[in-house]
Amino acid sequence: MFRTVAAAGAAALLATFAGTVSASALTVGFSQIGSESGWRAAETTVTQQQAKDRGVDLKFADAQQKQENQIKAVRGFIAQGVDAILIAPVVATGWDAVLKEAQEADIPVILLDRQIDAPDDLYLTAVTSDQVHEGKVAGDWLVGAVGDQECKVMELQGTTGSSPAINRKKGFEEAIAGHPNITIARSQTGDFTRTKGKEVMESFIKAENGGKDICAVYAHNDDMAVGAIQAMKEAGLKPGSDIKVVSIDAVPDIFLAMENGEANATVELTPNMAGPAFDALEAYLKDGTVPPKWIQTESKLYTASDDPKAVYESKKDLGY
Amino acid sequence: MTWIATRLRRLAPQLIALALVVVAITLIAPGFAHVTFQNGRLYGSPMDVLVRAAPVALLSIGMTLVIATKGIDLSVGATIAITGAVAASMVAAGHPLAVVILAALGVGLLCGVWNGLLVGLIDIQPIIATLILMVAGRGIAQLITEGVILTFNRPAFAFLGSGAFLGVPMPVILWVLTGLAIGLLVRVSALGLLIEAVGINRRASMMIGIRARFLIVFVYAAAGLCAAIAGLIVTADIKGADANNAGLWLELDAILAVVIGGTALSGGRFSISASLIGALIIQALNTGILISGWPPEFNLIIKAVVIIVILALQSPVVANSLAAAARVRADLKEPRRSRT
Repeated sequence: MFRTVAAAGAAALLATFAGTVSASALTVGFSQIGSESGWRAAETTVTQQQAKDRGVDLKFADAQQKQENQIKAVRGFIAQGVDAILIAPVVATGWDAVLKEAQEADIPVILLDRQIDAPDDLYLTAVTSDQVHEGKVAGDWLVGAVGDQECKVMELQGTTGSSPAINRKKGFEEAIAGHPNITIARSQTGDFTRTKGKEVMESFIKAENGGKDICAVYAHNDDMAVGAIQAMKEAGLKPGSDIKVVSIDAVPDIFLAMENGEANATVELTPNMAGPAFDALEAYLKDGTVPPKWIQTESKLYTASDDPKAVYESKKDLGY
Repeated sequence: MTWIATRLRRLAPQLIALALVVVAITLIAPGFAHVTFQNGRLYGSPMDVLVRAAPVALLSIGMTLVIATKGIDLSVGATIAITGAVAASMVAAGHPLAVVILAALGVGLLCGVWNGLLVGLIDIQPIIATLILMVAGRGIAQLITEGVILTFNRPAFAFLGSGAFLGVPMPVILWVLTGLAIGLLVRVSALGLLIEAVGINRRASMMIGIRARFLIVFVYAAAGLCAAIAGLIVTADIKGADANNAGLWLELDAILAVVIGGTALSGGRFSISASLIGALIIQALNTGILISGWPPEFNLIIKAVVIIVILALQSPVVANSLAAAARVRADLKEPRRSRT
């Protein structure tokens, strides 16, 4: 966390310096939620990188999980007269007033990573992933990998009732719907954590004839998959070959498992939400091209054939 | 002989509850009670219960002593995160295993002593005093891990979490040994009696010369030490320190284990073995739910209902009204003269 904050500070300093040199460069305010997860930290790092690569002067504000801090930050950006504002909204409601202020000041706002409940003329566009689609990509991979073979899937769900858990389950079920040979035999929550993923998998192995009846594991995030892989190894099973492992997020550690042949596939929740946002913004400011209200990021599938070692190296310093 | 009989009578409600939970799970999932020997260790769902109970069991040992002094320790979950982060960062940096373990235990002890000083010396209410570390502790752990899941590859350290000695998994050995050591320490000496005295009436116990302040620091230190051992196990288990999630809410399960074990939150008489059985009941429920195949939406409801029933059966009010109901039924059959 400290490292991220330090990096943010350094980047802000550099950006300010660059800003004084070329007056024509864009100034963009970015109100980030905080750094509650590795993915969030990576999103911050990538946004700063993207800004630097494009010569954008990024003003970064960490809201520490509080909407009031985000609103304060946005008002600050408006007062400074930035060219655009990026917001990763911590909650869905309560944005109308501050977005109107931005609109009156003629500053376009782009939402990152999450949608909000507000009239969509108050913001330029929202860049998010489609969680149902992520589940579907994972399911499609499994359908392709098993063919006509009978396949009993163990599902490790995210936190019960959370939207990624609901949507990633839905997408996966849609993908396997036309394939009666693939069934979700057991489904339990692993709370998105390694410890719970491991504990749940240990029980599944015992309940399914020592794991001999299990064909695949589908985990709603990579951390649970990493825990499940440990449980399988300790039970003398071979994850990756005896039991297929597919999960979502594409955090660095899953690529190490893939490199060792213990995981088969992961669907990326890209931390690069800022790239498409900057693209849309540049086009809009240049000739007024209005982007669609929703820009869906790519849910890229990674398998062992995508050089997991190289992907790991490229991701490990992003702050995950 | 009489000692064993007394012990059994004290533990009877917990043992019966555990037996009922195990029987119920076996009815739902017939393979539950099956234990085999494979890969050089005992293997099966009952072993999962014993292994997965380790963190809560360890916390409940220290928590029993704290609660016996009329205190409570909310910070033990955060202490797990701190000690886990310390252990993982030192393992990753390549320090010798003995140094890593001693450092983690030392940090846990320090956390406990901090709580003990706040409660014993400065007289801050235990729930507030330990709330400080509960909130701050996770932040400290995140500073140590720099906000990432800090992983390492050191089989000798991972052995603490997933290894086995003479066929028994290491976490089980660790919690049983810790329970025995602390149990013997407080029961062979007069320490346990003195702790109970402080819990029942701190002023009175101080007036007869018991060093209550020292005992309070001692029990919180013990709780910190137990949390450190749990932190080592949790970290070794997943070969990494997850500052966000390690030990999250486990303090509440530990308090529940102590309450199921029949130690009153108002302090006084305590039983470490009953708390340990309480921890096993909680974990048997968790494992049973996982193996039952029911949808996860029911997890917490099932757990809550079973625990309410267990606690209600222990309540003197329920016991009295059950006895009264039995008396009424007996009276209806054979009316007594005094009733007319």
